[in-house]
Amino acid sequence: MSKTLYDKLWENHVVHQEADGTALLYIDRHLVHEVTSPQAFEGLKLAGRKPWRVSSIVSTPDHNTPTDHWDEGIKDPISRLQVETLDANIREVGALAYFPFKDPRMGILHVVGPENGATLPGMTVVCGDSHTSTHGAFACLAHGIGTSEVEHVMATQCLVQKKSKTMLIAVEGKLGKGVTAKDVALAIIGAIGTAGGTGYAIEFGGSAIRSLSMEGRMTLCNMAIEGGARMGFVAVDDTTINYLNGRPFSPQGETWDKAVAYWRTLHSDPGAQFDRVVTLKAEDIRPQVTWGTSPEMVVGIDAVVPDPAKEADPVKREGMERALQYMGLNPNTPIQNIAIDKVFIGSCTNSRIEDLRQAAAVLKGRHVAANVKLALAVPGSGLVKRQAEEEGLDKVFVAAGFEWREPGCSMCLAMNADRLEPGERCASTSNRNFEGRQGPGGRTHLVSPAMAAAAAIAGRFADVRDVL
Amino acid sequence: MDKFVRLEGLVAPLDRSNVDTDAIIPKQFLKSIKRSGFGPNAFDEWRYMDVGQPGQDNSQRPKNPNFVLNQPRYQGAEVLLTRANFGCGSSREHAPWALLDFGFKAIIAESFADIFFNNCFKNGILPIMLPAAEIEVLFQQVEATPGYKLVVDLPAQAVVRPDGHAIPFQVDAFRKECLINGWDDIGLTLRHADKIKAFEEKRRVEQPWLFAQ
Repeated sequence: MSKTLYDKLWENHVVHQEADGTALLYIDRHLVHEVTSPQAFEGLKLAGRKPWRVSSIVSTPDHNTPTDHWDEGIKDPISRLQVETLDANIREVGALAYFPFKDPRMGILHVVGPENGATLPGMTVVCGDSHTSTHGAFACLAHGIGTSEVEHVMATQCLVQKKSKTMLIAVEGKLGKGVTAKDVALAIIGAIGTAGGTGYAIEFGGSAIRSLSMEGRMTLCNMAIEGGARMGFVAVDDTTINYLNGRPFSPQGETWDKAVAYWRTLHSDPGAQFDRVVTLKAEDIRPQVTWGTSPEMVVGIDAVVPDPAKEADPVKREGMERALQYMGLNPNTPIQNIAIDKVFIGSCTNSRIEDLRQAAAVLKGRHVAANVKLALAVPGSGLVKRQAEEEGLDKVFVAAGFEWREPGCSMCLAMNADRLEPGERCASTSNRNFEGRQGPGGRTHLVSPAMAAAAAIAGRFADVRDVL
Repeated sequence: MDKFVRLEGLVAPLDRSNVDTDAIIPKQFLKSIKRSGFGPNAFDEWRYMDVGQPGQDNSQRPKNPNFVLNQPRYQGAEVLLTRANFGCGSSREHAPWALLDFGFKAIIAESFADIFFNNCFKNGILPIMLPAAEIEVLFQQVEATPGYKLVVDLPAQAVVRPDGHAIPFQVDAFRKECLINGWDDIGLTLRHADKIKAFEEKRRVEQPWLFAQ
């Protein structure tokens, strides 16, 4: 029988299954950061349990760490305690790899795992972070878990799971100039809604997806959760295998050959059945900008802010009105007339080298507009930062008026000092435009790195296709 | 984990869709390394007029009188009534911890985000999905009736209104058992420790690249 990629990944990890379908799934890779792990380590200790297999753990602090003045350490004492608690916990139990604060390989976990070859096709990858779906780019069963499950995985190397429904999202055709994986992700969420993927595992396919780089696929899978799906993945192909070759934790020699032979089977068989199929035409996708407080509130750059009066569903209408009030926007305003205060290029969605290159290509020889108070470029990891500096991208950012920062989650969720002030409007390459996400009262518009750069220069949203 | 069997509780209405976990517990409170004490900061940005910081005396902060959970009639509520896609966004278990610490033991919604839904069961909170039409009636009744209580009967899988109308709901059999008995998942899984070891050994031979040291 034809199997979906999800069937194959699932079957490869079932340790035990109950009659009602509840299964114990074996977990290959456990990513651990400082925010969602302290209670899990404490729970283990209180119960007198030992971690099952510490070589499954890859860890780094990322949410709380500052992105400037590293010589001064972590000034916020509560953040510092959380990072030091992670240090102490990993020191005590061990890990395959730990990149502490200021380590040259430290960074956002979802950037660090793949770039070190710690995310390999066919793995189950979990982390106490919803953006773990990122690793689905490598045909992994990868999803976020809560802290109780972090403890469960540490104690048992398994998770109690039930099989999800399957959805194929096929994007066919060729993406236009200036249209990136981020725009594809936002367009998909606009099409299915933020709850459209709830209960589903999404496979992204079609010619436009196959033509994406691994970094583009990571951006896309990263935002599966914003479409309601805990996980999204892409089949293995040459792009996947070429990316992994020679990474620190990638297999070598004969083991590599054996692994590649297995990885080549990680795709849906012809004729495999999905519970739902959604098809988008790549040519229809324009550079996207969110206008509201949910990622599904998104339109193309050439559109206007939607009018709640035209919405028939009263609950939706009220949601739109509330969003517009919070965002300080009027219906029917052209998106390109919306002026911004800050720009953030970074996050597990868009902080990899290609993202920085795309932004730098727009910024080169130009300068941030006078009304932009702060423009931040925050590389996803120490390795990304180093590579960008080797390519001279840091100089492009700085010459354009950006601040070039140290790696971390930064203003995506504003747990550190990088944040919006109440009422400030930001063009952000992150993943969530929720109320208060980037700081209490802050107004977030999600865009691609190239679009963030174009907005920085114009001081308002602008069509990147006009400046490329 | 506390058991959940049957609850008769005051209902508080939160009439919004897509309530995200950033709203349920804002990021600055995630810096805690503890599991408890999040209740006073549940819905912090909606509940207070100022910007909250960890370690503050929350009783001294100005409250937003327009926020529904601040209204006297909903004090002591144990059942939260809301709309679609509740708990979307971040996987932070601090969200169910905050709701539980606030006093909520059951949440009734049209739908829930997957990770949040799962996290509730790990903490003895029962998330209940009901059809939109039933939810709409519940909102109307709560609004019209001060002191409105619902009975949530997990063994019978029903929400019972004061007028006696019982609304059935679905719950996964395994999760139901765990809630009713207050079982610890880890203990249950470790009954299969030998099977996990055998699976792991086989895997180590067949896919050695997964076991880099």
